[in-house]
Amino acid sequence: MTLKGKAWKFGDDVDTDLIIPARYLNTTDTEELARHCLEPVRPEWAGEVAPGDIIVAGRNFGCGSSREHAPIAIKGCGVAAVIAVSFARIFYRNAFNIGLPVVEAPEAAAAIAEGDTVEIVLEEGVVRRGEGGETFRFAPIPVFMMDLVREGGLIPWLQKEVKTER
Amino acid sequence: MAMTITEKILAAHAGRDAVVPGEIVRVPVDLALANDITAPLAIREFKRGGAKKVFDPDKVVLVPDHFAPNKDIMSAEQCKQMRDFARAMGIAHYYEIGRMGVEHALLPEEGLVRPGMVIIGADSHTCTYGAMGAFSTGMGSTDLAAAWITGWTWLKVPESMKFTVTGRMPRWVGGKDIILHILGKIGVDGARYRAMEFTGDAIRGLGLDGRLSMCNMAVEGGAKNGIIEADALVEDYLRGRTETAYVMHRSDDDANYVESLEIDVSGLEPQVARPHSPDNVAGVSDVGEVKIDQAFIGSCTNGRLTDLREAAAVLKGREVDPAVRLIVIPATQAVYAQAMREGLLEVFVEAGGAVSTPTCGPCLGGHMGVLAEGETAVATSNRNFIGRMGHTGSKVYLANPAVTAASAVLGRIASPAELNGRGGQ
Repeated sequence: MTLKGKAWKFGDDVDTDLIIPARYLNTTDTEELARHCLEPVRPEWAGEVAPGDIIVAGRNFGCGSSREHAPIAIKGCGVAAVIAVSFARIFYRNAFNIGLPVVEAPEAAAAIAEGDTVEIVLEEGVVRRGEGGETFRFAPIPVFMMDLVREGGLIPWLQKEVKTER
Repeated sequence: MAMTITEKILAAHAGRDAVVPGEIVRVPVDLALANDITAPLAIREFKRGGAKKVFDPDKVVLVPDHFAPNKDIMSAEQCKQMRDFARAMGIAHYYEIGRMGVEHALLPEEGLVRPGMVIIGADSHTCTYGAMGAFSTGMGSTDLAAAWITGWTWLKVPESMKFTVTGRMPRWVGGKDIILHILGKIGVDGARYRAMEFTGDAIRGLGLDGRLSMCNMAVEGGAKNGIIEADALVEDYLRGRTETAYVMHRSDDDANYVESLEIDVSGLEPQVARPHSPDNVAGVSDVGEVKIDQAFIGSCTNGRLTDLREAAAVLKGREVDPAVRLIVIPATQAVYAQAMREGLLEVFVEAGGAVSTPTCGPCLGGHMGVLAEGETAVATSNRNFIGRMGHTGSKVYLANPAVTAASAVLGRIASPAELNGRGGQ
């Protein structure tokens, strides 16, 4: 699976309260959550980001609460993937569970600038910056997790598994 | 093969003699918890998965605590969804307002947490239960839904970090101060994906409430779980609370730790995490002059009986500074009732504090004490991220209950030691 989009840069320790503040957690509506995505950091951002864009962040992205509303809000904005130096573990798990691919690629995360065009080849573990620009490698996404991305998350994957077993 | 407590629990559940860090294991879940914020998403995914019943109604726990008592109509709808689901699925461990509590204080009280269990919860502070020798970790709603359907979950066996805590604990220093001190040393990703195992004579000397506060904040270091070897204290606590048999594991002497740290608490003063990160920690005397608008005592970190007793010892016969709003929230109905019998609530009210029924409320800027722009709070809760308790232009300092109470009296962040000889009883 190849993803290509414009990069939006964020810093270290972007916590889940910054991704989606708790006051918006009285709903599970994807569009409503997306409207407030990353609002405390960049209030206008949810209106600027375009489908297929890619978030590029620093260390420990998604730390804090277990709220799955965080990756849902990001995916709801149309973001195709998140590249970061590192991820907090609950966020990482939640992202794949809802079918949002996230990539731990420290060198790529450091080199990519806001507005760069970024290409990710998930199965190969490759990130490219710009047209014919630098190439960075990351540990390819395991087969099971790629299945989650293709099926749109853990629950659709589970349904398919159950059917196959029968 | 030598193993840690965490590895032993996961091996036992995976039906294996041994497991090693880094491998993925599939394990049966002994308890799967969600709250009024995370349950609605989990229920949606559960239904999307086509499931008709949960794997075992007695192993599912639902607690309306975050935006409950219902703070607005949308929250009321979310609580109702959860209540209806509990009824439809025959889930006995649903706790209604007036009988509930902040989940991570409530579950141990109810005897639902036992050593050796595997517990998952759609709440990051599910790691609290490690204080009773259980493996417990926070996940998202979809993972919960999958566990409700299948009764199983998958886990990567974490590497363990060992924290040996020794020395005699000074007055006004407790579990909260030890964990804040550790977070200050390792940082908010210092234990990412790892198990934080706490041991040493200072931990053995700590009451269960203090141990729960410590494991509660393991996630603030990025950890998968916090864990403490269960001992006679835990056995005593469980007597009368559960009839179910349990297994107490201990780490082998030659178990593998990816990192070992030794901490002597003898000279430790109360610790404070400054804005905007739980690892921005300093001793209370190094915080400087910080005026506060609000002081909050409560939450899954510090809303237990020991915490209220500490706070009341500081507040007894004293008055809250006129410029400060003190909000005290006993973590559970049982804590509330006992605090009432002991006269603690009277101390808070007479000091000029507001006492509320159990809720997570202000900790996450939900209700019952949201901050305005430019305001500063000191809180006994666990996170002080930007905007955590309200406006993005507000600030939160994290401290123990005694420091929070002393700060409420003095109108600025202060150590209870400063109040010596200045009124009170």
